Amino acid sequence: MNAQPTEIATYNFAYLDEQTKRMIRRAILKGIAIPGYQVPFASREMPMPYGWGTGGVQVTASIIGPDDVLKVIDQGADDTTNAVSIRAFFKKVANVAVTTETAAATIIQTRHRIPEHPLTARQVLVFQVPIPEPLRFLEPRETETRKMHALEEYGLMHVKLYEDIARHGRIATTYAYPVKVEGRYVMDPSPTPKFDNPKMHRSPALQLFGAGREKRIYAVPPFTDVVSLDFEDHPFEVQTFDQPCALCAAENVYLDEVILDDHGGHMFVCSDTDHCEKRRADPTSPLWGGRAEGAGGGSLATPPTTPTPALRADPPRKGEGKEAE
Amino acid sequence: MDIATQSIEGGFADPVFNAQTVFRAVMDAMARPGSVQALSPLAHPPAPLSATAGAVALSLCDNDTPVWLDPRLQAEASVKAWLGFHTGSPLANTPADAHFAIVANPAEMAALDGFSQGTQEYPDRSTTLVLLVDDLASGPSLLLEGPGIEKTAMIAPTGMPRHFVEQWRQNNQRFPRGVDIVLAAPGSLACLPRTTRIKTMEA
Repeated sequence: MNAQPTEIATYNFAYLDEQTKRMIRRAILKGIAIPGYQVPFASREMPMPYGWGTGGVQVTASIIGPDDVLKVIDQGADDTTNAVSIRAFFKKVANVAVTTETAAATIIQTRHRIPEHPLTARQVLVFQVPIPEPLRFLEPRETETRKMHALEEYGLMHVKLYEDIARHGRIATTYAYPVKVEGRYVMDPSPTPKFDNPKMHRSPALQLFGAGREKRIYAVPPFTDVVSLDFEDHPFEVQTFDQPCALCAAENVYLDEVILDDHGGHMFVCSDTDHCEKRRADPTSPLWGGRAEGAGGGSLATPPTTPTPALRADPPRKGEGKEAE
Repeated sequence: MDIATQSIEGGFADPVFNAQTVFRAVMDAMARPGSVQALSPLAHPPAPLSATAGAVALSLCDNDTPVWLDPRLQAEASVKAWLGFHTGSPLANTPADAHFAIVANPAEMAALDGFSQGTQEYPDRSTTLVLLVDDLASGPSLLLEGPGIEKTAMIAPTGMPRHFVEQWRQNNQRFPRGVDIVLAAPGSLACLPRTTRIKTMEA
């Protein structure tokens, strides 16, 4: 149904062969059944280098169907190289609808951000993970880290956070901030800013994590406790920004610093380009009226109707519409 | 029909998309324990293997996954031939060797702890049980809570294993080791991953 008879070389739907998909699907099911546990899988070589999201791409390829609508973000943006290429890849090999609209997507593959728009139960968030093992920089041996997970021996991680406090006066970890899932496994939330950690906690969406080079898949089911590690006297807190987004004036969202010239000029804008554009297009929408954005969790009162994906030939560029400023 | 014909027919009409449809139903059911996912009959295996259980086997099993069949299914040469032809899965000699176990008669099945539980280091190396049940609504009610469930969920499968609530409590205690269950009913399925706790059981 999706094979293009005119093309000479056609791939199986979504690129991967069926046996590979079955193997990945089994790993995903185990990952969901054991939240936060890293399931080893036989990661395949993909037509892109390791570090470009091969793990996330394999997970997406294994779950995606012809009715899905795919959104891909890279550091929150729909328009950076990684996001554009992966979206184009799936458009080509799976012929699926793609979108940049968070609410219209059924699968969101992400590199290092969780969208500001609250996710719903009908969405799956697929993370690209470079180093899935949160203990790796503390203990290089896989045999040892595996034993530490088996014995729930996470003292070393607390020592690391304590050393942060001893050295800097606060926990200086700002991304890949370790979390404990359902009170059992310590998990790397992938290098998302710690700003996004609270959104993982009891999210209505299923969250899948794929690490291609490291050959691990793990998952956080919906409505699962995801607690950032901290101390009683140094509680976990997220980044705060003392100014709103320079383009859409959003507060309580994650901002990127954009350098404007070589005289020190800079501005802070939303890292989530879709969120920023939506706000600028419709500043009166009830979606951001009276709600603290970025607080995470919480499904929409009314689930979005059947998505009508915005199939833009040219994805929006960051800074598009900046002329209005 | 002779066994040879029976074993060849009744597979997925569209292997790629049917397998994806079945997997997404299983994934959603596993991610939201107690939720019942509708599944139209995509596979037509020989009795007593049901269409739902057959479809789950086709979408997840292959030559990497030893499958254990309960005595009722083992007795049917046509079932073994059908699974062999369509999935290529070897048959496991004992429940402890199985990656998947398909149980046509859950009421009389062996204890859950007889299946592979995985190890503390590799809890994923455990058996996934596919239990054939008549329906998911008219049996004794199970009140569920745990990851994937916002508050509580309710499911009432018929013909569950003896002392299931107690056996499941023990399965919970073995976490992260333990088995996961796919309940395959006609036209629908639901899942009980090892994290799901059964709170109470009404009579």
